[in-house]
Amino acid sequence: MSDAQMVELASVTKRYDGALAVDAINLKIKAGSYCCLLGPSGCGKSSTLRMIAGHEDVTDGDIMIGSRVVNDDPPAERGTAMMFQSYALFPHLSVAENVAFSLRMKGVGRKERLERAARMLDLVSMAEYADRTPTQLSGGQQQRVALARALMTEPSVLLLDEPLSALDPFLRVRMRSELRRIQAELGITFIHVTHSQEEAMALADLVVVMNDGRIAQAAPPREIYNAPRTPFVARFIGGHNIIEDNGRTITLRADDIDVLPAGDATGARRRAQVSEIEYRGPDVRVGLETEAGESLTAVMGERAFFDSPLSPGASVAIGWRPEAAHELSRDA
Amino acid sequence: MTDALDTASEARPGRASARRRGTGRAGAALAPYLQAAPMALVFLIFFVVPLAATIAVSFWQYTQYSIEPAFTAQNYGDVFYGCVANLPQLCTTFLTYLSTLKFCLSVWFTTLVIGFTIAYFLAFHVRTLKVQVICFLLCTIPFWTSIVIRMISWIPLLGRNGLVNQTLMSMGLIDAPLEGLLYSDFAVILALTHLYALFMVVPIFNSLMRIDPALIEAARDAGASGAQTLRFVIVPLARPGILIGSIFVVTVVMGDFLTIGIMGGQQIASVGKVIQTQMQFLQFPLAAANAVILLAAVLAGVWALLKLVDIRKEL
Repeated sequence: MSDAQMVELASVTKRYDGALAVDAINLKIKAGSYCCLLGPSGCGKSSTLRMIAGHEDVTDGDIMIGSRVVNDDPPAERGTAMMFQSYALFPHLSVAENVAFSLRMKGVGRKERLERAARMLDLVSMAEYADRTPTQLSGGQQQRVALARALMTEPSVLLLDEPLSALDPFLRVRMRSELRRIQAELGITFIHVTHSQEEAMALADLVVVMNDGRIAQAAPPREIYNAPRTPFVARFIGGHNIIEDNGRTITLRADDIDVLPAGDATGARRRAQVSEIEYRGPDVRVGLETEAGESLTAVMGERAFFDSPLSPGASVAIGWRPEAAHELSRDA
Repeated sequence: MTDALDTASEARPGRASARRRGTGRAGAALAPYLQAAPMALVFLIFFVVPLAATIAVSFWQYTQYSIEPAFTAQNYGDVFYGCVANLPQLCTTFLTYLSTLKFCLSVWFTTLVIGFTIAYFLAFHVRTLKVQVICFLLCTIPFWTSIVIRMISWIPLLGRNGLVNQTLMSMGLIDAPLEGLLYSDFAVILALTHLYALFMVVPIFNSLMRIDPALIEAARDAGASGAQTLRFVIVPLARPGILIGSIFVVTVVMGDFLTIGIMGGQQIASVGKVIQTQMQFLQFPLAAANAVILLAAVLAGVWALLKLVDIRKEL
């Protein structure tokens, strides 16, 4: 494997026939880190990834990998490798020849390239499927093959375009830990596009939340969750209540809201009615409607909730510790 | 043919389930057969009956003035008369087949190169569906006129005093008109290519359109050059289309007598031409025998091509 390389975007812009897809974004991704580009569809995350990969021209700005500006380099010379959303395995080639494709392009002989492909298939636990064709594999297996094929080029940066979105939830969680393991093992930089905040939280060292072609916030997952910068970020990662309080826009984590008896005078900051109860196993989600008409969501531990159960229509008071309120800046 | 087989196989489960439901549904059991009937009738009247008649007649006897039902292999013997005895010298039949095969391979090659290029351009370089449809219609415009007119229109171009010769002479590139332009192998191959290139374009285009663009990006990502992507990804994936187009072109050219006749100035032999001549002399049994042999030769060729690809998977 090559050494990990850092990736830097300097006011990178992408325009399609006048429509702005990526708007002058700046980003620094440390060598060997796992970065997730997170955002709703159409936010520019895929365009950004494809520009880094070299499958999309940069309209303006510079992309640096290591200490080199790679704007005009073809994909193979960038030291990147891409894993496609649909996996893009060659249907006419065996699994082994798919993995060995880049070696074949370099003119490596059949025997050597198949040996090296077998070793790579071992890494993704697919060695026994070497002679099958991609259509004979399940989605999860195809994905492992796609990963092996991408790693075969010995990239210093691996780019993953929504790699887990086509898998069923169970497999998704398993592949997630596998990706993390392989990234740690190889020590190369991973850039992973996803629209699932759960996936980004679970995987990333650096989460980059994008909206409308811009970066709304780029920070480690804990910081994103505890200190979202804008209402958009708070809403997108979920588990947050955004309210106006004394002229400030603040956000409260759903698990930081205290639901108190209606008569509680000391800690109460709002009076509210319970509008909805949702039992979720480990916890209970309580929908609340305040007197001012704000909708809030509180999440309570399962045991805590059933110590003094509530039912829809009940009047309650709600409060929170002052340090739980996090002030947001306006959406950019 | 495949259509008829498919509808027949689809009819069977319908009948079985109707039977299970009881006897009161005779109409329902008949329905699939009735639905398949029109196509089956067309095949029966216009394909099975004529073919059976041709095969039957190929065993009949004939004289200069009569044709009599019989069962004799005489006609087949006549077709291959002296073919084995005079080896290694080739008999007329073998020479004719060889000549037809030569046209077949040349036209196959030229239509393949031209057809693949056009299909590639349409599939990968024309970006919007609208422009693709317009380009496609442009390709089919020549089909609005008859084959004969399309062939004859080459004559003013290629003739001794035709446009090509006049242009070349006025440019000073040649002193005397080129003789081989018209009524030659070249003219035949040119006209056949012109007539049948579209038969190659359509199936190849269809195959190319099914290629996921991500595959081409994946090849580029793995360091493949444009030529390598073409050779290792696009052409293998276009193989079904190439083979279907090849079957069209090979079958049509093997049976051609009109184009080879007109563009060859009635001087070039072809299997189709032989059959046509024999029919003119009312030697129907002999013509039928020739037709059956040609059919067998073409079917053998198609069978060989089908060995190379599973066509049912692609349709």
